[in-house]
Amino acid sequence: MAVDNETVRRIAFLARLKVEQEKLEDTQSEFNKILNWVEELGEVNTNNVEPLVSVNDEALSLRQDEITAGHISEEILKNAPAQEFGYFVVPKVVE
Amino acid sequence: MSDLTDLTIAESLSKLKSREISPVELTQAYVQKLNDNHKYNAFVTLTAEKALSDAEEAEKRYANNTNRLLEGIPLGIKDLFCTKGIKTTACSHILDNFIPQYESTVTQNLLDDGALFLGKLNMDEFAMGGSNETSYFGPVVNPWSKNTPLVAGGSSGGSAAAVAAKMCAAATATDTGGSIREPSAFCGVTGIKPTYGRCSRYGIVAFASSLDQAGPICKDVRDCALLLNSMAGYDPKDSTSSKREIPDFSLSLGKDIKGLKVGIPAEYRPDGLNPEIASYWDKAAQILKDCGAEIININLPHTKYALPAYYVIAPAEASSNLARYDGVRYGLRVDGNGLDEQYINTRTEGFGAEVKRRILIGTYVLSAGYYDAYYLKAQKVRRLIKNDFDNAFQKCDIILTPTSPIEPFAIGDTKMLENPINMYLNDVFTVSVNLAGLPAMSLPIGLSQNSLPLGMQLIGRAFDEDTIFKAAYHLERGANFVRM
Repeated sequence: MAVDNETVRRIAFLARLKVEQEKLEDTQSEFNKILNWVEELGEVNTNNVEPLVSVNDEALSLRQDEITAGHISEEILKNAPAQEFGYFVVPKVVE
Repeated sequence: MSDLTDLTIAESLSKLKSREISPVELTQAYVQKLNDNHKYNAFVTLTAEKALSDAEEAEKRYANNTNRLLEGIPLGIKDLFCTKGIKTTACSHILDNFIPQYESTVTQNLLDDGALFLGKLNMDEFAMGGSNETSYFGPVVNPWSKNTPLVAGGSSGGSAAAVAAKMCAAATATDTGGSIREPSAFCGVTGIKPTYGRCSRYGIVAFASSLDQAGPICKDVRDCALLLNSMAGYDPKDSTSSKREIPDFSLSLGKDIKGLKVGIPAEYRPDGLNPEIASYWDKAAQILKDCGAEIININLPHTKYALPAYYVIAPAEASSNLARYDGVRYGLRVDGNGLDEQYINTRTEGFGAEVKRRILIGTYVLSAGYYDAYYLKAQKVRRLIKNDFDNAFQKCDIILTPTSPIEPFAIGDTKMLENPINMYLNDVFTVSVNLAGLPAMSLPIGLSQNSLPLGMQLIGRAFDEDTIFKAAYHLERGANFVRM
């Protein structure tokens, strides 16, 4: 499955990344090299094979739904690029 | 008296306990070594002053006999582990001002055992790379370099180089596709990636969550046992951390290996395998055989597909994990006209080329219409790779392979840079282990004709690090590798 320029642009937007116009060709060709390579997987017969999502064979454990941490909003905000009145600040989203 | 930085952790502890040396003397020796070796670019943040004041506390503990497992041992910490109040960057521009407000579980475990931290170690950006060249802070230089600066391997290049150059007693590292084992091999040191679930991932900057696992890089096998015992353990903050009991790994050292079945996988010896590496592999098998082990030929038929499966699964998980870097809650923010543009500007400026490449590939294989063809397919192949190991371990107890198909190469090597796949191929002997969640160790076996270190890999059954330690002890003695 060869990828075209338009697909590269669309994927970049989905990932919220910008691919400069002059780098579009290079990115596209690199993309296709990698995809061609991983397409080797198509040679493997995987009929009736269950996908392996996690190697962990222990059941996930449940815990009581209780507060184990809290009252740390100051610490949470400490690395924020912009904050005001105890909130993260973002550009205007709703007109 | 010889340099204190020549001592292993086990040797240092025994001298500390007998009061022959003090934690302050030991720490000063490492700080000196560290300051003499800035040329390797192994550390990105130094906390030497804190380490020296902690060493004074450790001195009091030895004086009143309240010393703990690793009291006063100076370590380096890969810059992927969150350390409270100490900058943690994952060697990325997007996190280069990030100061965690909490401590990762693994580093907390080490602190609780009395270890001291000398600073944070260089690595590939977000652990994505095999040569440490994707770091925002520049590549680490392999201390074994002669005239041309060579790579230290990656992603934990800083960890391996710092241990090799004796800039710290040992280091923490992480391994998603070989990031502990490959740099260990390149720098002539010993590193173990434990079974997935042994060490908590809490507070480790995430790359590919179903593959990421922490482990130590040390001067020798015994130190790996000591350090892993401190780092590992169940943690309610990581749902994938295992509740299985952690044995005292050092008890396995010195046990005899008569009758131990060592598997040699045919698929790891392709026609073009570097003859020097192939002959060291034979030598390693002979060492184990001379100790009474039985050498058995095995097959891991899907080996060829491990790399392509890995380069679908790891980028897919990475693209999802790295979505959190939005310029809102922490890290770099580059303003834009509206929220979307702010996201785009922040991420485009904040991430380096290799990270962006993997985010794009990951986004593609997870996108509508391609999910089944790539991601689901890769997960099915992952199952077959795990089944290969399950079948092999019916016949053998441990698997012996080289760690890397090549020796350390030059920084800026054009062949590696012109096509990302060339770099990916260096992981050919290490990625399967992550896909199957198994434990594996790399230890030095000898020097190449160019006087560069080469490593051997021991792969064990899930949660059977003990057998790895048992075999590694004998392999280490037989190889008799001389550290830097």
